[in-house]
Amino acid sequence: MNSVFVYIEIEDGQVAEVSMELLTKGRALATELKVKLEAIAIGYKLDGIEKDIFPYGVDILHIADDKRLAPYTTLPHTSIVVKLFQEEKPQIALMGASSVGRDLGPRVSSALHSGLTADCTSLVIGDHEDKKADKVYENLLYQIRPAFGGNIIATIINPDCRPQMATVREGVMKKEILDPAYKGKINKLDVSKYTTDLDFVVEMIERHMEKSKVNIKGAGIIVAGGYGVGSKENFNLLFELAEVLGGEVGASRAAVDSGYVSHDRQIGQTGTTVRPKLYIACGISGQIQHRAGMEESAQIIAINTDPEAPINSIADYVITGDVAEILPKMIKFYKANTK
Amino acid sequence: MKGYKIIVLAKQVPDTRNVGKDAMKADGTVNRAALPAIFNPEDLNALEQALRIKDQFPGTTITLLTMGPGRAAEIIREGLFRGADDGILLTDRAFAGSDTLATSYAIAQTLKKHGNYDIIIAGRQAIDGDTAQVGPQVAEKLGIPQITYAEEIQAIEKGKVTVKRRLERGVEVVKCPMPLVVTVNSSAPDCRARNAKLIMKYKHAKTISEMQEANDDYLHLYSDRPYLTIKEWTVQNIEADMNELGLTGSPTKVKKVDNVVLQSKGAKVITSSDEDMDQLMRELIESHTIG
Ligand SMILES: Cc1cc2nc3c(=O)[nH]c(=O)nc-3n(C[C@H](O)[C@H](O)[C@H](O)COP(=O)(O)OP(=O)(O)OC[C@H]3O[C@@H](n4cnc5c(N)ncnc54)[C@H](O)[C@@H]3O)c2cc1C
Ligand SMILES: Cc1cc2nc3c(=O)[nH]c(=O)nc-3n(C[C@H](O)[C@H](O)[C@H](O)COP(=O)(O)OP(=O)(O)OC[C@H]3O[C@@H](n4cnc5c(N)ncnc54)[C@H](O)[C@@H]3O)c2cc1C
Repeated sequence: MNSVFVYIEIEDGQVAEVSMELLTKGRALATELKVKLEAIAIGYKLDGIEKDIFPYGVDILHIADDKRLAPYTTLPHTSIVVKLFQEEKPQIALMGASSVGRDLGPRVSSALHSGLTADCTSLVIGDHEDKKADKVYENLLYQIRPAFGGNIIATIINPDCRPQMATVREGVMKKEILDPAYKGKINKLDVSKYTTDLDFVVEMIERHMEKSKVNIKGAGIIVAGGYGVGSKENFNLLFELAEVLGGEVGASRAAVDSGYVSHDRQIGQTGTTVRPKLYIACGISGQIQHRAGMEESAQIIAINTDPEAPINSIADYVITGDVAEILPKMIKFYKANTK
Repeated sequence: MKGYKIIVLAKQVPDTRNVGKDAMKADGTVNRAALPAIFNPEDLNALEQALRIKDQFPGTTITLLTMGPGRAAEIIREGLFRGADDGILLTDRAFAGSDTLATSYAIAQTLKKHGNYDIIIAGRQAIDGDTAQVGPQVAEKLGIPQITYAEEIQAIEKGKVTVKRRLERGVEVVKCPMPLVVTVNSSAPDCRARNAKLIMKYKHAKTISEMQEANDDYLHLYSDRPYLTIKEWTVQNIEADMNELGLTGSPTKVKKVDNVVLQSKGAKVITSSDEDMDQLMRELIESHTIG
């Protein structure tokens, strides 16, 4: 029976977090379907990488190891994955919804003419009845994903084309080792058979880590702090919560004036106007000049020691209490309720 | 200098970022009809990159290509007002229900037919479908390289384009031969505003269907000024294989759609107890507000 495949993303010689999460999910799907879990790792100096992959329950690990395959570039990785999938004919293929997976996945799906579902938040096996064609499909992959700016949740299926491909963001699936002693087989690929010189036309000139610019306007979730946060150090709590929720940190003018954060994070009449899905106002009183920049947020949570704070009048949730106590709890219970 | 031939791919989308409390129906779901149709934000970033090349290399032409219903001609006009040279509206019932693969096929066929491109610039992602798949799939179908997540097209020299990419954890600068597809992030510079002279020049630009509907006094304009006619192409113009189009050509099918129900107003007052905090996070996860 056709396998479940996971594309392993390699970051500085290590298996990326998202790939371990996908291996965990891939193992569960493979077990339910009673098929093998296979993985493909493409990079350079990958000796020993299997030690970090087999424990997730991988039965066959395909490795393409060549100096020119790291760092990741689109064309050679695509060629290898496409050829391998043509040979192995997986029924399901999973990739991270990362800047690598979202670059590679669509290109592979186009070459194979198989459907790809982006940014899935849940993957489930189920049947499907096509009433028009009077056909029943068994054991399809339900690929469940938000779309329309998060305002709808769609269940997408891929009845006829294989593999059924999906990308998933980091942090969405749980990571769990199946058995530290699990032993799979290694299949080393002859890279010259899977790529051509034309795959190497793109040159990497430079590559470095760099913090991105603040982008509060584009953020779907904003954790904003005011004077009531109390210090620059306490603002770290807001950064932590924003990080786990995948949001950005914003601020009131009083917080900016106090030097807690930089001016590019200011929200309000003399700052940026935002309309996120969720706005968490921490220690912000909610003066009119601040509200002008955020009151159209779809949902607002106000955290304030003062039960009469003006911000509460436009909030959907009012939490009366101390920011320093509440934020760690939000992080804790968010983590406990996901995965 | 002869400049470059640039195609900008742009999509008209409902403004899903604007789902404020006013765009909600009584049952808490989104009233899509109430959302304004806009130029997909990252496609404006893409257009700006194209305009910068045009500033630097005189003789460069920018063609805006959009696939969508007749009213999507609005974004072609918007592009003309900001400095694009012409546009193609690809519109046909046969495209209805396209997934990203069928969309890319139709766009790639159009580009093959149109020919004559050095750089195709798309947005990274459309804010309705939210997949970021069309750019790379168009590149694959044309058999040319792609540079995704671009923040800046830094240079064009000796047939090669240098692009700065903005990734989750860092920055890359890559050099790629033309022709190629570049997809542009929102971290790239905003698009310049409309230009008053160009508004004057193009305000009557229309597709054939729009001219027929308008039935106005300007008809003579279109024979005198060919640049006012926005090309309108259908399946016939692109020699498409019907099996690759629309619903039939789409491997992915939408089985089910659930609207996310947002909480109505009236604040819930909660305490900082573990139970309340746990309950809050569950609610937010269940309503897909977070997670
Ligand atoms: C012309 C003009 C333009 C302005 N433009 C802007 C603008 O763009 N943006 C902007 O934000 N402001 C703007 N302001 C300033 C605005 O009027 C307010 O002064 C400012 O928003 C107040 O910031 P704050 O809510 O952080 O501080 P405060 O009003 O001091 O509120 C602090 C809040 O924190 C609460 N608190 C204290 N300790 C805690 C704790 N431990 N835990 C939880 N809560 C706690 C308090 O109860 C209080 O509600 C402008 C003002 C003017 C005159
Ligand atoms: C709820 C829902 C979920 C969906 N999920 C999936 C899915 O997981 N997989 C899938 O294959 N399809 C999916 N689709 C279909 C997909 O939205 C459409 O195929 C859409 O036409 C293109 O995808 P996109 O909006 O994600 O564009 P993206 O791939 O995000 O767009 C990237 C860029 O491509 C260019 N571009 C995109 N569309 C056009 C166009 N029509 N004209 C000109 N340029 C364009 C623009 O430059 C744009 O910025 C879904 C549709 C719905 C309604």
